Amino acid sequence: MKEILRIDNLKKYFQTAQGTVKAVDGVTLSLAEGETLGLVGESGSGKSTVAYSVVGIYGATSGKILYRGKDISMGTVKRPKSLKKDIQIVFQDPGTSLNPRHYIHQILAMPLRVHRIVPENEITAKVKELLDLVQLPASFIYKHPLELGEGEKQSIGIARALAVNPSLIVLDEPTSALDVSMQAKVINLLLDLQKDFGFSYLFITHDLGVMRNVANRIAIMYLGKICEIAPAADFFHKPLHPYTRMLISSVPVVSEEEEQLRPVKVASRGEIPSPVNVPGGCGFHPRCPDKMDICSLEIPAMYEVHPGHYVFCHKYMTHNSK
Amino acid sequence: MSKNVLEIRNLYVSYKTYEGNLRVIDDMNLEIRQGEKVGLVGETGCGKTTTMRSIMGILPKPAGRIDQGEIFFEGKDLTKLSSKEMQCVRGRDITAIFQNPTAALNPVFTIGQQLQDVIRVQVSRKTGNRVSSREAKERAIQVLKEAALPDPERLLSNYPVQLSGGMKQRVCIALAMVSNADLLIADEPGTALDVTIQDQILRLLMNSVTKRNTATLYIEHSLGVIREWMDRVYVMYAGRTVEVAESADLFKNPLHPYTIGLLAAVPKLTGGGIAQGISGRVPEYINPPGGCRFHPRCEYKMDICAKEKPPFFEVGKDHKVACYRSA
Repeated sequence: MKEILRIDNLKKYFQTAQGTVKAVDGVTLSLAEGETLGLVGESGSGKSTVAYSVVGIYGATSGKILYRGKDISMGTVKRPKSLKKDIQIVFQDPGTSLNPRHYIHQILAMPLRVHRIVPENEITAKVKELLDLVQLPASFIYKHPLELGEGEKQSIGIARALAVNPSLIVLDEPTSALDVSMQAKVINLLLDLQKDFGFSYLFITHDLGVMRNVANRIAIMYLGKICEIAPAADFFHKPLHPYTRMLISSVPVVSEEEEQLRPVKVASRGEIPSPVNVPGGCGFHPRCPDKMDICSLEIPAMYEVHPGHYVFCHKYMTHNSK
Repeated sequence: MSKNVLEIRNLYVSYKTYEGNLRVIDDMNLEIRQGEKVGLVGETGCGKTTTMRSIMGILPKPAGRIDQGEIFFEGKDLTKLSSKEMQCVRGRDITAIFQNPTAALNPVFTIGQQLQDVIRVQVSRKTGNRVSSREAKERAIQVLKEAALPDPERLLSNYPVQLSGGMKQRVCIALAMVSNADLLIADEPGTALDVTIQDQILRLLMNSVTKRNTATLYIEHSLGVIREWMDRVYVMYAGRTVEVAESADLFKNPLHPYTIGLLAAVPKLTGGGIAQGISGRVPEYINPPGGCRFHPRCEYKMDICAKEKPPFFEVGKDHKVACYRSA
């Protein structure tokens, strides 16, 4: 499969009064055409910063982001318009990402005008077509976002991203503000659209249950670094990194089959440290149940334990490093 | 069977708005026995928080109003108490933990000041003795230790902004525990936190209530949390409880179409895709559907459902369903 996005040793630092925040500190990822890559992590792990760097809201401090071979690590200001059109984002909170004073028609017509997708006299028809794509009635065009339910608002957010025929869509926790029943609808909508149009998704969430059902491959982030990358099924059947095991065993589940799947309970302890003052060596070592002496001294390399299953942990030192 | 700590009988609550009267809680029934952990689940807008506010007597005034029904707490009807009497029940007999710890703590007072104030008021109300400030400080340190917070002496002089979300929620748990109340109401205490932190907070909370034998009403929209920690579950839809069962029973054998739909919509760790969610959304309370309020969204709808409100049918030990399918 062809690669659509490649992130190479991406770093993004922020200067604050307390010191330098290393929000993303050396992340390497790749995304194939038509694939869904899940990016999971706790709040403060840097997953949204990766997303925003890809879309261009932030320019990278160092490292490269390649979109179909072209370097796009600069911020949006310097990005050509065609690239902005190709990479779209759906934000977490549909309540604040839609302008409350605009009609749905205005919200959806804006990207059509900016990128000259259709001539002026066809805009209303195109807006109705977009609403139809996200399974909303055409009568919504003269409603304000406030009149819609949360799930419907998020569908408008998705329609806005679809308006310009993108290839890569960044989904930043698209369902975390929704109830389970709404969440199911939005996720099924996203999966259907991917089937019809072949989008590539960079899907960011903290919900592992959602991740299991949408992603082809999953990457776990902790304190600005990747801990583990694996195909979705492997990830849940054979979690390797101690943090991954802690994460999966903390998820409350609703059936016995799921309970059997969960690894032996790793009692979660400690909290994610402040990214201003990252512990030396492996960032996870103060919370790790399997800590060794080397962990606080050296940053672990990437080891390929099974084909396609990579882990950054000293426990797997005997495997091939990459 | 042990006696009921809390019993809600045929409760009706409405809110007055410019658009009209919102009839939110509609014939709600619920009971909690001594030392029992009871979960209350439902989607946003089902009236979970309104239920909690009615129990605590903190419905927004003057919009919110209890129209009918009784809330018995240890034999007393809370709806008949004056606001002054209610003030004494709150905190001393019934305490609460809220969803957002940042909003629950006062940002301009230190953790120590807030804890010691609560201790002095609540303990003196409970025992009738005045509490000296030294005793209050000792007790504050002790409850912070119980909440597994590191370095409690230093924490007393910290302001809430200096703590992380997980630590703030631990402080809120400590605050709720000082008075050894008989009933604890927790309104989604883990929702604002990450899963690993939520796991720690829940373990702490459940250990404390089990140790004290406190009856707990746990309001939550995450079904997984309910299944793992609660003894019994009430499923709530549009202002009414529609199904109640012991948690193991409910998750193995859900009967109300709403419960079934909700469970199917939860993304599973085992994969296999996500079921379509329940169609439609929670009704508008201005003009709610008659009969069973779920019938416009129900796939097993019968003629009677639109006409009459289903009573509770007993389908097993402690398992009741308000649905004509189970008649």
